[in-house]
Amino acid sequence: MSGMRDTPSVLPLTVSGLAFEAGDRRLVDDVGFSIARGGLTVLIGPNGSGKSLTLRLCHGLLTPSAGTVSWAAERGTIAGVKRHAMVFQKPVMLRRSARANMLHALAAAGVTRGERAARCEEALARFGLGVLAERPARLMSGGEQQRLAIARAWSLRPQVLFLDEPTSQLDPGATRQIEEMLAALRGEGITLVMATHDMGQARRLADRVLFLHRGRLVEDAEAPTFFAGPASPEARAFIAGDLVW
Amino acid sequence: MDIAQSFTAAFGLILGGDPAFLAIVGLSLTVTLSAVSVAAVIGLPLGALLALARFPGRGAVIVLVNALMGLPPVVAGLLVFLLLSRSGPLGPLGLLFTPTAMVVAQALLVLPIVIAITRQLTEDLHAEYREHLASIGLTGFRAIPTLLWDGRFALATAILAGFGRASAEVGAVLIVGGNIAGYTRTMTTAIALETSKGDLPLALGLGIVLILLTLAINAVTYGASRVGARFAG
Repeated sequence: MSGMRDTPSVLPLTVSGLAFEAGDRRLVDDVGFSIARGGLTVLIGPNGSGKSLTLRLCHGLLTPSAGTVSWAAERGTIAGVKRHAMVFQKPVMLRRSARANMLHALAAAGVTRGERAARCEEALARFGLGVLAERPARLMSGGEQQRLAIARAWSLRPQVLFLDEPTSQLDPGATRQIEEMLAALRGEGITLVMATHDMGQARRLADRVLFLHRGRLVEDAEAPTFFAGPASPEARAFIAGDLVW
Repeated sequence: MDIAQSFTAAFGLILGGDPAFLAIVGLSLTVTLSAVSVAAVIGLPLGALLALARFPGRGAVIVLVNALMGLPPVVAGLLVFLLLSRSGPLGPLGLLFTPTAMVVAQALLVLPIVIAITRQLTEDLHAEYREHLASIGLTGFRAIPTLLWDGRFALATAILAGFGRASAEVGAVLIVGGNIAGYTRTMTTAIALETSKGDLPLALGLGIVLILLTLAINAVTYGASRVGARFAG
């Protein structure tokens, strides 16, 4: 962690007045927050609250209808290298081996050939994927695929990792493994921003909670404060397990 | 000559290694493989571009390409004939009634198949990969190499389908090649001619080789899809 302080950071990430419209529906509406360095921020809320869209807007996969996403460094890049990565709910696995999946991402990111192999082996070893290296990625289990997706993102050396419900399709055992990975990444100093609708997971992992509801940011609080008693009726209802519409 | 005798004579031709017979088989394979190679080199990138590009009239282009998959070989032959005939725009090249003209005509037949199937496969694969590829910086046309590589087994099937169409057609090569013995005579044009002349053993022998070739293509296609399934999951 101390080493990272010396390198320039793409953070803070500042989002303001963010909106996203599809057709005539406003799916993300006037969302604003700032992400500082370190920690795990959870975007929580019911389905359709705009969590996933907000992550995609931050990562640059979608163009906002209004508002801005601004990084401390131009477009979240340092020396031309993008320093934020994303892991999806359903891991996108190329029709290649686990190792080739990782090498492909490194090549796309412009990493030199010699360094690709080194970084790939480092990531495989770091996350215990060495034995799976030659397996066709799409034949691995859901949990293994998601671990590979996170390892692949990690090998790109991101300062910020966006995760869109990374465990929502996994069984409890695989979910625990992913959560341990995320805790380890946070310990390394990587800033994590994760969407989830799993309240238990948010309690286990979050340092800070952004509660979204119908495309709006309703609450932005430190995790202990939020879980001790959210300020908004929507969040209280969500925590109580009530349906929020 | 009755049918049994014809078959016996045909197998004699195949197994005997008659030079004229082998020359016909060899020319057919050369022309068709060349045509399929040309169509693949042009068609794979064009199909991928069509899959990812968005422009006015894209739908019409897709419909046109799909329709051209059914282009009658004689019409393809006629078009190439008009292009290459002495008074045609490419007449001065003197290519009419040469194997090169046959390659051009067959490539024209195979190209729509390669473009159409590549377009469909690439589009489906891109729908699945798009967000990840964009995340690692492969936006727009920069995604094409990844998509073609990951679709390689399915694309091999498209190319083999094109090979099947080219090797079986007679109309195009007959019109632009002229069925000149020892020069532009292929298996299909020879079968058409020899049958009408009554030389059934030669026609039958070539027919058997063609069928075996078709079987081999399908075996390879099946093998490619099986290997592909190992990666596709």
